[in-house]
Amino acid sequence: MKLHIDIEKKLGAFSLQVKADVSCERTGILGESGSGKSTLMHLVSGLMQPDKGEIILDDQCLFSSFKKNNISAEQRRIAIVFQQAMLFPHLSVKANLLYGFKRCHTENRLIKPETLIDLLKLQPLLQRGVEHLSGGEKQRVALGRAVLANPRLLLMDEPLSALDDTLRFQIIPYLRSVSEELRIPYLFISHSLTEMQLMTDQILEIKNGRCINETTAEQLARNRMAQSPNGYINLLHLSNPQQESGLYTYKWGSNTLFVSAGKHAEQSLFELSSREIILFKKHPEAISARNLLDCRVAEMFDSDGRVGVVLSANGEKLVAEIVRQAADELNITIGSTLFAAIKASSFRRLA
Amino acid sequence: MLLAPEDITAIWLSIKVALTATALSLPFGFTVAWLIVFKPFRGKVLLEVLVNLPLTLPPVVIGFFLLLLLGKNGWIGKLLAESGITLIFTWKAAVIASATVGLPLLVRSIRIGMESIDRQLIDASRTLGAHWYDTLFTIILPLSLRGILAGSSLMFARSLGEFGATIIVAGNIPGITQTIPLAIYDYASSPSSTTMALSLCMVSVLISVSVLFLHEWLTRKLDRSRAL
Repeated sequence: MKLHIDIEKKLGAFSLQVKADVSCERTGILGESGSGKSTLMHLVSGLMQPDKGEIILDDQCLFSSFKKNNISAEQRRIAIVFQQAMLFPHLSVKANLLYGFKRCHTENRLIKPETLIDLLKLQPLLQRGVEHLSGGEKQRVALGRAVLANPRLLLMDEPLSALDDTLRFQIIPYLRSVSEELRIPYLFISHSLTEMQLMTDQILEIKNGRCINETTAEQLARNRMAQSPNGYINLLHLSNPQQESGLYTYKWGSNTLFVSAGKHAEQSLFELSSREIILFKKHPEAISARNLLDCRVAEMFDSDGRVGVVLSANGEKLVAEIVRQAADELNITIGSTLFAAIKASSFRRLA
Repeated sequence: MLLAPEDITAIWLSIKVALTATALSLPFGFTVAWLIVFKPFRGKVLLEVLVNLPLTLPPVVIGFFLLLLLGKNGWIGKLLAESGITLIFTWKAAVIASATVGLPLLVRSIRIGMESIDRQLIDASRTLGAHWYDTLFTIILPLSLRGILAGSSLMFARSLGEFGATIIVAGNIPGITQTIPLAIYDYASSPSSTTMALSLCMVSVLISVSVLFLHEWLTRKLDRSRAL
């Protein structure tokens, strides 16, 4: 997927001026509320027309003020998953799902309804009215409806922001499957860095209607580590839980972790703040923290006077945050070995 | 309840006029409401004023304008006369009078229905490949049904009660253009016919109540079908 955007749009006192080339299949558009993310999405989808400039998707000119060309939204094959699911309330789940599919040319119907219904586990919902679905179910149907239109590009406009934390992280695997299993490139719009870390490989950062940065979620999380109230958020996919004396043990690669807030599910996603990790140069004799990982320093980075220490525990990566003084005292360098202590209660289960 | 044979004719004529006026106005009213709600264009305010004008004008004034337009020497009347069509003083004139007077109510109700549709639903249908006419029939029309139902009921009821414009363009000819209100007017002019007038009033109430019940029933049915 190649998307070239060079557009200008004035909306009252707000003006959007974005120039960007996107080639990554999983791209995020990150910005605060009112930064112009949704306007950009409307312009790319054709729901709004730029004042000036051009938008080119895979060598097809979607809009050009110079060539006086403007392909309408219904012909662009760019589907949207909205913040609110926006399911058609007078149609059943099945009719909603097939709305775009029926309007898609036969030669473009690469994704079949059966495949998608299986992938998103929608079979039990098919005959239901959309008013009877939960927030998460609605969003899954909305995703399915957009994907079944067989779009060339999928725009996800803060699709998780209307959901609570638990549902949000339950939906993410479904959203990811769009790219991983169905190979549909997407632009994921959000103001949450954690969502960006899970959903994207590249990020366009938007501020006051301008694209101020092209980066990755990882890089942004590192840059923001010192200012962020929670530091750098490590996202850990843990598996194979076992209950043991009031705690859960999880497999993390070849490591074993003790976690307080566990759950009997094959796989779970946990977050761990970089500030919850204490580093020791030598093995501490006695410690209350239940997890003590033998690590090697793989990388180090600066973030506004703080030092991010990227640890490798049997190949699994973890970022710890320490002050510069501590880094100097412990004489931490790349390749040095450390012990990382983490309390079992420091892990927060997301899904 | 006392009803003369010409009263029965007046009742049927009233229902026929009200039904025809509602049916003929529906597509027009729906299109006007759609234009006002969804289409940006110059002169929208003028269209809104024109559509709502019959609501503020006395019906007699509307009837008089219609007479000028549809009469033998009127702009439209002349053209119709050349094709051998006469409208004035026929039941069709009563339909036109009712349609003109009731249209603002119909448009208002449909408009309220359309304005309650979330614009993102329309955006969603467009990005899913639906052209404007497709969106109109598959999203806007079904989601405006409540407004259409309410507007149709209002318009039907208003047509049943239409008097001022009808008497001017259709006259008050028993068996031909005399509707319930015109017949009541005739009875009310003579003190000996109070019972007959009252009977027709009761019929009028009965029809109106039935229409309101039908409206409620259809609305609930619509809501139930959505809730499934």
